[in-house]
Amino acid sequence: MSVQTLLYIGGRLVKGAAVLLVIAIFNFFLIRMAPGDPAQVLAGEAGATDAIFLQQLREQFGLDQPLYYQLWIYVSNLMQFDMGITYRQQMPVFDLIMERMPATLLLTGAAFFLSLLLGILAGVVAAAKHRRWPDSVITVAALIFYATPLFWLAMMAALFFSVYLEWLPSFGMQTVGENLTGWQKISDIGLHLILPASTLGLFFTAVYARMTRTSMIETSRLDFVKTAKAKGMKPSRVTTHHVLRNALLPVVTLAGLQAGQLIGGAVLTETVFAWPGIGRLMFEALFQRDYNLLLGVFFVSSAMVVLFNLITDVIYCVVDPRIELSK
Amino acid sequence: MNVIKSLTQNKVAMVGFGILFMFVVIALFGPYLYDGSPWRMVQRPFLPPFQNSNYILGTDTLGRDVLAGLIYGARISLLVGLVSTTIALLIGIPLGAYAGYYGGWVDELLMRFTEIFQTVPSFALAVVLVAIFEPSVYSITGAIAIVSWPPVARLVRGEFLSLRGQEYVLAAKLNGQSNRNIIMREILPNSLSPIIVLASLMVASAILLESSLSFLGLGDPEIMSWGYMIGAAKTVIRQAWWLSFIPGVAIAITVLSLNLLGEGLNEALNPKLSGNRES
Repeated sequence: MSVQTLLYIGGRLVKGAAVLLVIAIFNFFLIRMAPGDPAQVLAGEAGATDAIFLQQLREQFGLDQPLYYQLWIYVSNLMQFDMGITYRQQMPVFDLIMERMPATLLLTGAAFFLSLLLGILAGVVAAAKHRRWPDSVITVAALIFYATPLFWLAMMAALFFSVYLEWLPSFGMQTVGENLTGWQKISDIGLHLILPASTLGLFFTAVYARMTRTSMIETSRLDFVKTAKAKGMKPSRVTTHHVLRNALLPVVTLAGLQAGQLIGGAVLTETVFAWPGIGRLMFEALFQRDYNLLLGVFFVSSAMVVLFNLITDVIYCVVDPRIELSK
Repeated sequence: MNVIKSLTQNKVAMVGFGILFMFVVIALFGPYLYDGSPWRMVQRPFLPPFQNSNYILGTDTLGRDVLAGLIYGARISLLVGLVSTTIALLIGIPLGAYAGYYGGWVDELLMRFTEIFQTVPSFALAVVLVAIFEPSVYSITGAIAIVSWPPVARLVRGEFLSLRGQEYVLAAKLNGQSNRNIIMREILPNSLSPIIVLASLMVASAILLESSLSFLGLGDPEIMSWGYMIGAAKTVIRQAWWLSFIPGVAIAITVLSLNLLGEGLNEALNPKLSGNRES
């Protein structure tokens, strides 16, 4: 890697850290705006906490100190992954989030690749059959999925595939009460994953399908494609080797940028399917009015987005050297 | 006038407009024309649709009229969608305009600020804001506005960047017009069409966001909304699937009509850009 590339990556790291710092400060002020005393909020649940414990927390978080000092303590605690504790589970917030993290990574990762794959496939088919019936079907389907609320689609999918057809499980991540191991466990999780991942990815499938279609049609009108056709290349080879390769770049760039938004959608999908990830944890925090846990999940999910954007940036800059390094 | 002509000739956009118009009429006058409260228990619970002519769409888990809920829900959906989009435009347009017009460190500062909001997962931010400030129409509208303004700022900035070097802007500068005047009277009117298109799509996504928030139980407890109806019917989906099905269809149709109208506007206002679309 060149010095320029390393500088670029370094710059991105600094930027990501700055964004997280701003979010941490934002969280600090939000905790103070939550209903109730900040110590009680940090203790997890407003109301029923004993006075000695609250006093300890006040000292630990320096709530008797001036505001800027409190902010300093809050941010430096956060940097050491100390986000206080949850009242219900009596566990450090950070540990609870990390416990739920693998489920969310599995769900969002599966949804991301599924939507990218299906979206590009649908877009390519629609562009190849431009203005014929497959194009119309895919365009209309994309429009409809684009307009449907995610949580409602998830509920309807559960109703149809799980309650009516009884094909797929719609609750949790593993079959309750069966201690499966090895491949059986993996296939059990895989079965539970199908509905949540495909409904979470459906909106983005629609987005990518529309983008791929437009991008393919635009690219196929460029001169180098005409040249390829004119020299007698097979149409299918022109599509895959010339058009698709060039049309994909904007789609993949957009996909990388939007991947973070999958975390937001995961709150809804995990709630509907009782998927034990951080989205479901956020819903539980809402339900229990545990503002500290809520903000903890918010901070960690933002950190995940920052990290993901950083990874995509680095991959791009390695894969496609044309991408501007200056910014 | 060309725009209106090309819009009225676009069948798909007109279908979108027709459906949207219907929802607006329902939202405005429905509560006066249809006699019934969305909260009062009127019949036995779980009355299926099309069985009782007084309550065509049946009743929910507590015996409340589903049709009344839909009518009042249209009101809140459209209201939150319109107001939050307006606020988002009021934040995004000035930020984007200043960043694009002045460039340099102003641009750098404002765009870094915008980027932070774009990085944060927007739905999670909306959830946190509504939860902290307690669910109400005001907190929901505000939260949606706060998560939706960044695309406006970016779009307006891009427009201003490309327009500020145009001859008519330079002429206005030489004329001695103030920067404020140039921004408001010269550049902004010329960048309105993409803003209008974006705004129509933003109303659609604001309606989706509002329904998602009320589905999670973050709706205004005083107001019946489509998302709340679906959330309340979630646990009884096996016994009464129609209770969650009907409000969902209402949301999807409203959002779809806005998207169709937005695409039609895009084709009418930016004919060059959309030249490769089907007729």
